Amino acid sequence: MAVTAYNVDNLSVVMDGKTILDQVSFSLEEGASLAVIGPNGAGKSTLLKCLLRLLPTDRGAISLFGAPLDQYGRRELARLLGYVPQTGAGHVPYTVDAFVLMARYAYLAPFSHFTDTDRDIAQKAMEQTGVLPFAKRHMHTLSGGERQKVFIASALTQQPRIMLLDEATAFLDYRHQAEVLTLVETLRRDTGVTAIAVTHDLNQGVMEFDHVLALKEGRGVFWGAPSALLEDNRLEAIYDAPFRLLRHEPSGTSYVFPEKGAS
Amino acid sequence: MKSRRVLFCLALFAVVTALGAPFVGMTAISLLDILQAGPDNAEAMVFWRIRVPRMVTAFLAGSGLAISGMAFQALFRNPLATPFTLGVSGGAAFGAALYMRLGLSFVFLGISGGTMSAFGGAFCVILLVYALTRSRGGFATPTLLLAGVALSFFLSSMILALQYSASLHDSFRLIRWLMGGLGMVGYGAALNLLPVVVTGAVLLFMLRNELNLLVIGEDLAMSRGLDVPRTKQLIFLAVSLMVGGIVAVCGPIGFVGMMAPHICRLLVGPDHRRLYPATLLFGGAFLTLCDVVARVAFAPAEIPVGVITALLGGPFFLYLLLRRSAEQLF
Repeated sequence: MAVTAYNVDNLSVVMDGKTILDQVSFSLEEGASLAVIGPNGAGKSTLLKCLLRLLPTDRGAISLFGAPLDQYGRRELARLLGYVPQTGAGHVPYTVDAFVLMARYAYLAPFSHFTDTDRDIAQKAMEQTGVLPFAKRHMHTLSGGERQKVFIASALTQQPRIMLLDEATAFLDYRHQAEVLTLVETLRRDTGVTAIAVTHDLNQGVMEFDHVLALKEGRGVFWGAPSALLEDNRLEAIYDAPFRLLRHEPSGTSYVFPEKGAS
Repeated sequence: MKSRRVLFCLALFAVVTALGAPFVGMTAISLLDILQAGPDNAEAMVFWRIRVPRMVTAFLAGSGLAISGMAFQALFRNPLATPFTLGVSGGAAFGAALYMRLGLSFVFLGISGGTMSAFGGAFCVILLVYALTRSRGGFATPTLLLAGVALSFFLSSMILALQYSASLHDSFRLIRWLMGGLGMVGYGAALNLLPVVVTGAVLLFMLRNELNLLVIGEDLAMSRGLDVPRTKQLIFLAVSLMVGGIVAVCGPIGFVGMMAPHICRLLVGPDHRRLYPATLLFGGAFLTLCDVVARVAFAPAEIPVGVITALLGGPFFLYLLLRRSAEQLF
């Protein structure tokens, strides 16, 4: 039987009197992938930050590998969870290789330096993600796509059991979107890492995930396989917009587009 | 490696400055004078009793202020956010001024009461600034700096009130001290600074990896395994210790904490494992040099060293403010 990675039970978050998450529950087994979708402001990023314990929760419980999330120390969490933030998040003044190596912090003994093992692991992560060609460059000279790959390399360097990605491909052009998506997909296949990805765009590989959780106004309105999402006008109900479904027969992949004109 | 060479040059610069500074002054003293002089030779007395302790005080204060500034710049992710610009020095000054005005005099565990009340003042202001930055989630740079300016104004008017109520003699002493000076005789000042600066410096030395992570933002730092609240507490402790101790002895000397780390960042890069030693050395040498200028520029008169650093720091501050958006200066 697969190990349960996350178990979220009736999670609610209230900020400044506004309910951001309202009794969200789900359970995810290790090795599986979950796409969290929903319109803007549905609470997707908030949910992700709660799963990373970057935000406090108001009600409900989150357990990670069977233990309550708040029983873990920060370093323990960093060895289990790799976080890839939204594109363009924050200014990073370091070079790529220095920044990736810093992700080994959780494995650092107090008052010591990074070891050769740390360097090797960082090197391998940079190799896997294809960032070696620009490893010596400064982060602020990178394009959005290159930068995002570096963030994925950093998360990998933490050797996590779960990767959490927040809109990993938003604001990227088509080529970089495709590259980043393929990278995530390859990593999942090769390493068996559990993945939780937040996205507002259904065509961002959502159909390749094992599970989909749809949020609307903070509530979980759908949980199931991605194919079931396309049935019974479910998408219309989630996004309040009519959709048209396109099927690409050679690959068997479905794409959805909002229908224009009608509202 | 390039940065290692730069670091070596900085160390050389610091040593030369520290060794050379005591020879320069209203009258230059030569090495021969010191070596050949008997115990009651006037020049040797000036050298050992006045200039050497003064150099030690300047170096300690400069190092402490510089690494305090470096830590705050990393914590607030902003090169303009330093203990001086955020009003922490003002808080320390008020604490020390209150102690002077009340005519208190006590020593506890070898630390003077003035240092302790300055430490208290600095710590209170840090907590206040921190509470302000917390109150609305994040804090935009201009708001943070304006809050610091407002706090500084408030504290300096409190000090003015203290001064007004003091006798003429005490009042003059306060004004002179507030300008920031190193014109004390003997090793008392240096001995007062030594424990606080060393404690603070050791604390920050141990936090170099943590400072590196703070710079990339709190969420990301936490997701990398950093205990952010605890790191902040340690930084606050180290900075208020050092700033309190230095202000109590030398008065609020401004802008060293802004200029030294920024220049060092240009020289050795933003990684605190190199930036820390560079800032420590450069800050000490920088204030020692400023003090030499303060002593010789208008000799035989002497300008308070705080005036020199402010003359350099004011334009530097404006330059940083106008050059690019503050977040991109790291």
